[in-house]
Formats: sequence, structure tokens, C-alpha cells
Amino acid sequence: MSFLEVNNIDVYYGDVQVIFNLSMKVEEGEVVSIIGSNGAGKSTLLKTISGLMHPAKGEILFEDSFVQSAPPEDMVERGVTQVPEGRRLFMLMSVKDNLIVGAYNSRAGRHMNATLEEVYALLPKLQEREDQLAITLSGGEQQMVAVGRGLMAKPKLLMLDEPSLGLAPILIKDIFQTVRKIADQGTTVLLVEQDVKHSLSLSDRGYVLEHGRIAMEGPANELLDDPHIKTAYLGL
Amino acid sequence: MIYILEDAINGILMGSIYGLTALGLTIIFGVLKVINFAHGSLLMVGMYVALWVVSFSGLHPYLALIVVVPVMYLFGYCLQDVIIKPIFKAEKDVREPITVIVVTTGIWYILDNLTLLIFGPQYRNLPDNPLKGKMLEIGDMMISVPKLWGFIAAVSTAAAVYWYFQKTRTGRAIRATSLDREAASLMGINQYKIYNVAFGIGTATAGIAAVTLVPFYNIFPTVGVLFDIKGFIIVVLGGLGSMGGAILGGIIIGMIESIAPQFMTATWTEAIVYGLFLVVLFVKPSGLFGVKYDW
Repeated sequence: MSFLEVNNIDVYYGDVQVIFNLSMKVEEGEVVSIIGSNGAGKSTLLKTISGLMHPAKGEILFEDSFVQSAPPEDMVERGVTQVPEGRRLFMLMSVKDNLIVGAYNSRAGRHMNATLEEVYALLPKLQEREDQLAITLSGGEQQMVAVGRGLMAKPKLLMLDEPSLGLAPILIKDIFQTVRKIADQGTTVLLVEQDVKHSLSLSDRGYVLEHGRIAMEGPANELLDDPHIKTAYLGL
Repeated sequence: MIYILEDAINGILMGSIYGLTALGLTIIFGVLKVINFAHGSLLMVGMYVALWVVSFSGLHPYLALIVVVPVMYLFGYCLQDVIIKPIFKAEKDVREPITVIVVTTGIWYILDNLTLLIFGPQYRNLPDNPLKGKMLEIGDMMISVPKLWGFIAAVSTAAAVYWYFQKTRTGRAIRATSLDREAASLMGINQYKIYNVAFGIGTATAGIAAVTLVPFYNIFPTVGVLFDIKGFIIVVLGGLGSMGGAILGGIIIGMIESIAPQFMTATWTEAIVYGLFLVVLFVKPSGLFGVKYDW
């Protein structure tokens, strides 16, 4: 059995089907990328895993238990944390309060102070800014807070939804380095990205999502060399 | 001149009690984004509870807080959990669930009429309580003692709730939920439980306001309506969702009500209050102390 297993799910937004009979899996300790263009269903897939949406058909297993109908707070408690697209910080709360709220679940709550120190060690900028309101930070700093807030939940599986969205190239590099560091510390990472080159080069495996279906899958370096991916996503 | 000062002080004291009645309204709106039309009725329920506790026990009116606060907290918690939550869940994709407003209006009518049915329409009060009609003399000024107690209760309640929201785990979760429900649930926060707690806290503050009113105010089934309308004006004046704004907004209304009659017929004060309300809506729609932020 895999760490996370998605079996034949269909997901709808109202009447519109977004994901068709999709299956995928993530093993413990892996970094997996899901790449694809706008509207391919990447974010929907993450939202379905994190419990914000529920599949109409199929099942999702996390650590061998069925979780396809679990609400998001339940998934966080189990160890699945999503860093949402567009950061979604609590804008009128301080950076520190944002991080503390991240450790709301009972598993993480017990170790909050220790985790806070780990997050500050990984992202020292956040400690400098801890008393500032989140709304006053720059985009890159806000993304760091979002990632730090996700880490505060002590996730077993950290899912990042387009962490590079809207950031300058130099900051994108920073973000991906941080993701690599998080993975090296032993957290399993599921990364959804449009920045195919960066995300695949730090991943172990990748899935290519097209029109709500898995179009390709395989080891990340093979995908990077694939002629279809080169023309369709890398513009080579 | 001394009379204007006296009126100003008494106006501030009474206004802070208005603010206290509006505090729960602003808390509930801030978190649930629902205008609780039943808030005045919750205040009324709190007044009846306080009245019975004090008249049966014969204790100091403020000792009723020991009973009223937990009873009202539980009442609000259950009201939200049993009646409002199912509608919330059915309309979870709606940004400002209008059906919930209709339901709170229904709760208002049911509570008021149920009280009328059970306790009758007569005005009740606490005849021999130690605060009734007491005046504090400072020079030539007469300051109402029960209103002074109410002022202290209002300020300490607002401060305590503020502290709770800033410094505790649940308080932070409440603030996070009020800012972004979906992101909060991704942090592992059960938003419906947070709504229950917030509604409970809002109702408990209405209970505290009820205790401050009982020593000097008449109690009857529709007493809440008077405070309901004032409460709405206050929270819009102070800024929806702002707790300090609620107290300060209350104080502004209280001062207008007590000072204006010095210069004109008392009926004009209502016009001034509503006029100010309109001016604020035109000039600063987010309220005097509100933060311009789209949730």
C-alpha cells in the first residue's frame, strides 16, 4: 500500500466534470510534481485530496485508511496539509499569529514552540517580520509565510499549490530551494506547478495532467527529457 | 455648564452599556458574516434570566453574572449549533447567506412571543436592589451608580474578549476564520465549531449587558427591540466587526441622547442619531473605527 493513493476519482464543480477517472500515488519521502496548464485540474486534485472538495466517484487512501469524504480539518489532523494557491494568509493577523494558527491541530499544537523555531531557522526572514501584519509583506515574503504556516501543522504530506505564482524569478528560485530543504528534512511533498522546469528538477517523480486526466507519468528526469513535454511545456 | 458635564458623563456611562449590547452583534457579524436580528431578543432572555436569579437568590444583581454568563453562552452555542448551522451548511457556497438572516429574524419573533406567552406583557423590575436609584455626588454633579457599574462591566468585557481573541488558541482560530474560512479549515480549524463558540461568546456578552441593565431598567418581552435598532446603528457607526468601535459607537450615541435634550426637544435626538448614521454611511462606509477589508 502506498502512503497516498488516489483511485479512479471523478470530481465535479457543480455540473462540470473537472477530473476524469484519475489515479495516482505518492510514496513516503518522495517529492512528486503534478504539472499541467491552466484549467487542467491540478488545483482541483489538491483540493480533493485535502478535503475541500469530495470526489463523486472513486476513493482516496492516506496511510491505508479511506479519506475521500473526510473534511479538511480531519485531513490536517491526519497529517495532510495544503498550502493553498494564492497564499491565502490571514491578512489582518501578524506573521507570528499566522504561523501559530498553522499549528492549530492537536498533533502540532503540542510541539508548537519547537516547530516555530524550526520554521524560523528555515525561513529567518519571518522572524524579523513576526510582528508585522501579513498584509504589509511583499509577495515573496507572503509565500514564505504560507509555506511556514503549512509546516507549522507538522505535515506528513505537504501539498503546495503553485508556490511560484506571481513571484519574480529570483524569488521563485528561493521558494524551490526551500521546498527542496523541506523534502530533505523528510517531509513528503506533493507539488502542483506551472513552472515545469523548476518543479521537475527537484522532484523524484511527476504526473502530467491534461484536461483532468493523467497524460503521462514517470521519473522526473525522464519527463524532463521527454520530447512532448519539451515542446508543450518547456517551449524548446 | 456643570449640567452639560453631568449629562455628558451619564451619557458616556449609558452609551457604554449600549455598546456592550452591540458588542455581541459585532462579534457574531465579524465571524459568521451574519446580521443577528435576534440579538435584542437574546438580551431580553438574558434580562429575564438575571431577573429570576436575583429575585430568587436575593443577592447583589452583579452576582447573577455567575449564572447568566454560562447559561447565555450555552444558549447561544446551542442556538447556532441546532438552528443556524444546518442552514449555513446548506448555503456554504453563498458569500453572505441571506437565509440565515431570515432565520435569525424568526428566532427574534419566536423568543419575544414565547416570553409574552409564558411571562405575560407586564413590566417587571428589581424593586429593592442595592443599586437602584443610587447616585454618586461629585460636587454638584449626580452620577448614576448602576450606570457606572455598567460602564465598568462594558469596558472590562470588551477588554477581556479582545484579550481572548488575541492571545488564546481558540481566539486566534476565531480571528483566522473571520478572515478566511477556507484557509482556516486548511489549518485544521472546524469552522462550524468556531461559529458555535463565536455565537456563544456573542450571546454571553448580551447576557452581561442584560445584567448591567436589570438593576435600573424595566423588563418586558419586547425590551430587546429598543436595543436591537440601537445596536445596528452602533455597529455600523463603529465599524462592523470592530469591538472597540462598538463600545465607542455606543458612547457616541449615549452622549447624543443625553446632551442634545439640553438644547432641543428630546424627540430630536433620534433624528440626530439617524442623521449621523447616514453621514457616516456616506462618508466612511466601513464605519468610524472599521478596517476597510474585503473578506
